[in-house]
Amino acid sequence: MMKKFTVLKGIAAPLMVPNIDTDRIIRIERCAGIPRERQGEYMLEMMRLDPDGSENPHFILNKPPFREAKILLAAENFGCGSSRENAVWALMGWGLRCIIAPSFGDIFFGNCFQNGMLPIRLSAATVERLAAAIEADAGNAVLTVDLERQRILTAQGEEITFEVEPLRRRMLLEGLDEIGLTLEHEAEIAAFQNRDRGVRPWLYV
Amino acid sequence: MTLSTATGTAAPSTLFDKLWERHVVAEPAPGVSLLHVDRHFFTDLHSPEFKLLAARGLPVRNPEMTFCVADHVVSSRPGRTGGNAAWSETYLADLRAGSKRYRIKLFDVNDDGQGIAHVIGPELGITQPGMLVVVGDSHTSTHGALGALAWGIGSSEGVHVLATQTVVQRKPKRMRIRFEGTPGPGVEAKDLILHAIGKLGTAAGAGYAVEYAGSAIRALDIEGRLTVCNLSIEMGAKSGMIAPDEKTAAYLRGRRYAPKAEHWDLAVQHWKTFGTDDDAVFEREVEIDVRKIRPQITWGTSPQDVIAIDATIPDPASAGGERRQAMLAALEYMGLVPGQPIAGTKIDWVFIGSCTNSRMSDLRSAANVVRGRKVAAHVRAWVVPGSQGVKRDAEAEGLDRIFREAGFEWREPGCSLCVGANGELVGPGERCVSTSNRNFVGRQGPGARTHLASPPMAAAAAIAGVITDVRQSTLEKR
Repeated sequence: MMKKFTVLKGIAAPLMVPNIDTDRIIRIERCAGIPRERQGEYMLEMMRLDPDGSENPHFILNKPPFREAKILLAAENFGCGSSRENAVWALMGWGLRCIIAPSFGDIFFGNCFQNGMLPIRLSAATVERLAAAIEADAGNAVLTVDLERQRILTAQGEEITFEVEPLRRRMLLEGLDEIGLTLEHEAEIAAFQNRDRGVRPWLYV
Repeated sequence: MTLSTATGTAAPSTLFDKLWERHVVAEPAPGVSLLHVDRHFFTDLHSPEFKLLAARGLPVRNPEMTFCVADHVVSSRPGRTGGNAAWSETYLADLRAGSKRYRIKLFDVNDDGQGIAHVIGPELGITQPGMLVVVGDSHTSTHGALGALAWGIGSSEGVHVLATQTVVQRKPKRMRIRFEGTPGPGVEAKDLILHAIGKLGTAAGAGYAVEYAGSAIRALDIEGRLTVCNLSIEMGAKSGMIAPDEKTAAYLRGRRYAPKAEHWDLAVQHWKTFGTDDDAVFEREVEIDVRKIRPQITWGTSPQDVIAIDATIPDPASAGGERRQAMLAALEYMGLVPGQPIAGTKIDWVFIGSCTNSRMSDLRSAANVVRGRKVAAHVRAWVVPGSQGVKRDAEAEGLDRIFREAGFEWREPGCSLCVGANGELVGPGERCVSTSNRNFVGRQGPGARTHLASPPMAAAAAIAGVITDVRQSTLEKR
């Protein structure tokens, strides 16, 4: 059963660096060598930790109140690069449930919905404005993301609407799993293959 | 000349749209398509996912359409029997157990068909025009070079494919990039696509499926086309593809999994029915004049950070905002000074390999630079062929001898130093000219500095011990 996502209220941390790739979010040896449920400890380790393994005190996610962030404000092309779904698992393992950015890597964007993570596309100007308000005063850091109403409520009471494709929205709200939904189409899959076997017999040998 | 001979009165359409339509099984919601997956490669890194499938009690719906591949975690060390990372044996054991349990063909560590999924798919004829091919790997776009729909998927989607032989997809927008003209000396397929990424940016393709076209694409052999399509994801594109032509059919004929004699003519006839119509509309069109492209090399930590080999390292002062900060961070990480020529930068490593550039034509063009010369004493240089087939062919041609005599290590097939999932890494602060696809921070190892380039550029750097212009290197050789 996938984690449901309905309303999320929490600290939003601004990480306004463009092109944060999934290798950066979690290194390959962590993907391969660390159990999935512990990968959150290695999220963004090359930014979060110094080479000796100690915390980099200047990194946003190491500072209060952002250590407790549930929402990440990010710059263009967040999650680009490798298809590793571990990037989503690591971000969620750290405690994040929502990423707000002007654009995302396509595979990462899809992977989020498979795990109960909500990625939201907002204009660069809007993300930068939210980030600037929080950077100026951490008192502004609490955001409420309401998926049902497709609105973000800021600490100052501003409401920002966002788009989510309806099927994905429903799957998050109800915690539905894609495999379960597709298995309902088994008859159509079988019919496709029967038809296709006549057109492309060389595929079925 | 593309193969397409289709005529009719239907609205003009792109190659991508035509193939998409042919794979639609159902539409679970408006704008959402359930697509049939024709071929699925399941790499060793995904082997834990067999357990997810088992936990749900689901069978593999069409085991004959999936191929398990040992590529990421395997050692490239000569004489290997498995991997050298702490986790390698677990992943390989799970892969073997899963392939056995579900009756999926496995290309195991030293099997004669083993290699990188994106190399063996085309090489064994598993990938064919018009197919939908998915892999839990972002460089799946490679397979599009044969006129296939092909893109990378995540782990959850991979389990979905095993269970249902379909993927749930939203149709991307269409972009066409035309490469026109004849490239100058020393300019390879890798340079064409790196130049395009530099010009368009690493996010330009987000939300798009790209079709590559133009005279320079038609002129490329299939292996060059595989390199071009491979890097589609580095501009953020979901997929990259090239319309099949006579070269595509000639390339596939007789390969192990290509359509057999009784189906061959039918298959080729089928392949002729697709190709982009003359009046088809793309949401974005780009034209690139290939005559202006010089050999490329990256200077930063994103594939878009690329310049011509005779250019100087860019100055962040010329950029604004986030871009300026990103450039400063990249230069600091890479240990480079703006305004300096990139040529002459001392290197420690050369890696010739990866799903981008590890095929016969890549090894030949690198060997042509290397022949009769020596790798600089301070440089460690590796050649990792993309597959057992490439390795065998290269050895039959004597390429391994050319590399070995020059001081290169001639290694076993796999992903190796492109991503380090097998524990093979470039050391902190060390500088590597690499024919792979990503120069991300830490990609080749924590603190490792990667410069992406073509195989002959990497070979020239190995000889000179510094980043060097392959055109100059070739002149010196004469």
